[in-house]
Amino acid sequence: MAERELMYREALREAIDEEMARDPTVFIIGEGIAERGGSYKVTEGLLAKYGPGRVRDTPIAEAGMIGVGVGAAIAGARPIVEILYVDFAMLGMDMIVNQAAKFRLMTGGEGRVPFVMRTQGGTGGGVAAQHSQSLEALFYHIPGLRVIMPSTPADAKGLLKYALRQPDPVMFLEHKHLYMTKGMVPDGEHIVEFGKGDIKRAGTDVTVIAWSNMVPRTLEAAEELSLQGISVEVIDPRTLVPLDRAMILASVSRTRRCVIVQEANRRGGVASDICSIILEEAFWELDAPIEIVAGLDIPVPFNLALEKASVPQKDDVIAAVRRTLHESPVARAAG
Amino acid sequence: MNEGKPIQNAPPREILEKIFRTAYKIRVFETEGIKLYRQGLIRGYFHPYLGQEGIAAGVCAALKDGDFIASTHRGHGHCIAWGASVRKMVAELLQKETGYCKGYGGSMHIADISTGNLGANGIVGAGTPLGVGAALASQVRGSDAVTVTFSTDGASNNGTFLESLNLAAIWNLNFILVIENNGYAVSTRIDESTRDTDLYKRGLAIGVESHQVDGNDPVEVHRVTMQAVKTCRAGKGPVLIEAKTYRHMGHHVNDPGKYMPEDELAHYKARDPVDRARAALKEMAGFSDAEIGAIEAEAAAEFADAVEFSVKSPEVTAESFAAFAQGY
Ligand SMILES: Cc1ncc(C[n+]2csc(CCOP(=O)(O)OP(=O)(O)O)c2C)c(N)n1
Ligand SMILES: [Mg+2]
Repeated sequence: MAERELMYREALREAIDEEMARDPTVFIIGEGIAERGGSYKVTEGLLAKYGPGRVRDTPIAEAGMIGVGVGAAIAGARPIVEILYVDFAMLGMDMIVNQAAKFRLMTGGEGRVPFVMRTQGGTGGGVAAQHSQSLEALFYHIPGLRVIMPSTPADAKGLLKYALRQPDPVMFLEHKHLYMTKGMVPDGEHIVEFGKGDIKRAGTDVTVIAWSNMVPRTLEAAEELSLQGISVEVIDPRTLVPLDRAMILASVSRTRRCVIVQEANRRGGVASDICSIILEEAFWELDAPIEIVAGLDIPVPFNLALEKASVPQKDDVIAAVRRTLHESPVARAAG
Repeated sequence: MNEGKPIQNAPPREILEKIFRTAYKIRVFETEGIKLYRQGLIRGYFHPYLGQEGIAAGVCAALKDGDFIASTHRGHGHCIAWGASVRKMVAELLQKETGYCKGYGGSMHIADISTGNLGANGIVGAGTPLGVGAALASQVRGSDAVTVTFSTDGASNNGTFLESLNLAAIWNLNFILVIENNGYAVSTRIDESTRDTDLYKRGLAIGVESHQVDGNDPVEVHRVTMQAVKTCRAGKGPVLIEAKTYRHMGHHVNDPGKYMPEDELAHYKARDPVDRARAALKEMAGFSDAEIGAIEAEAAAEFADAVEFSVKSPEVTAESFAAFAQGY
């Protein structure tokens, strides 16, 4: 199939544009998204095309706008609420956790909430502790939410289009470092279903699971390791909820070694949960302890060197992969 | 407030009948529901709407099919006024498969999205943004539907009050915020939570047409809501209506409400909204005692039938739970 090179933000814009054209109930609200086109230029041009009824600027009222989005979704529309930083989504947590995530169960399955919150997280050039967080674990913990973290333009487009067609509340977590990255995106109707991971690089020695901005970083690490004769398989789950357990377990069973990389700080993170799933389901397939490479358990500092030190870097991934390849003490004793 | 002022334009007969029927039905539902609670048939939270029936009855009689409502933790009355099935409500309170939420929701979460009822809510203040959202959805779809959020004095000190009413205002949404100001948030008196206890002024402060009404006068509530609906459908919404009222008992069935001064309670009980709806039906529409008695008997029978239906209804099964848990 034909494809074109797009930036991540352009791919997101295409997804919104195509879905707005297809479905008149899709609309988008957020701070500075209309005339200005959004802080990351994702919504540029949409106001001119769809008008002020469906592309609306909001005041600085995160709880209000998330709540209004949830209400509109309950009432049958398909709102996209853009929140500038995932950090600011904390102001709307009641609406996300107590309303959106619960409505389906509380109504005995009768009510659905096709609400999409687009936001972005992660570190990115010294924006300090309140603008740098990776908060996916908070949403991951809440039953009823879908947690989506695309790492490529193609995935960003396909997953966002799917988000606007499925019935549940979606936390669509972009990464501030990825907006300007480029990648090939298939022409035509490109949709990526939730719950299907992607093998970003095939390999045989070690499985590395990573998502969002940790994917490109891990791919760099894998490239460097390949020069040293180590074959790394890079798995991007793309959607943390639902999680493609089958792909993860199959890969780990093949390589028998696993590293999980997350930008978020380690404690209570998604990596720990994925680790627990592998231990439960594939313990006897493993030849080495699972390694988790994660952010430090501290708020992200402003100082650039410290910011870098607080989240996983390429060399951290390389070192972890190497550790899993060490001969195990058990094997040594047996030998 | 228009207390004591003669009504100039009496609403049509069928509206007066509807208002009384609704108010009385709610009265029966709550009174009998509390008995079921005391018998142990209902568990969990149960916040009675006793004393406030006139608001739900008056407001909902001004709405039509296709409109939306969102409610509060004290939500039974709004549901009934919206035309909900008493059977499915009681079944829900009894945690049965046949309830509105199949036993998954309970008193604070009864919703029926198929009829535009966004539901009660266990989070004080949450109904306001949700209702504004429904109004926004209507506007995006080009519908003239109106959304009413029933809210409370307590909720107006929550941040979502300003955020969402302001959004409704800048977007001229067909949204009516009905603040049922019953003077208390559990045991906290309104004058302890805010300096100016006239809550309608909050709307004026952000350019929203705002009114204050005697919430215990169902006919007046209806009249003001009719006006508000008209304003909204003319594209000039939102509208805020503060309805002054009072609870006839404590915050929930297990709250004796000792903090409510006797004279205050007596004052409001003498202005009972159900009595006033009944009097209006007699005086303005000429209903006879026998006709009114028939309406009352019907409401009682409907509730008794709902209890029988609910008691006989099947329990929630492990199989349905397992199936339900799949999607999470
Ligand atoms: C966000 C939130 N805070 C606290 C509570 C606990 N709570 C339930 S009802 C209530 C008082 C509500 O008073 P008001 O809002 O005036 O409504 P009323 O009970 O008078 O109808 C409180 C504090 C809650 N449910 N939600
Ligand atoms: Mg109150």
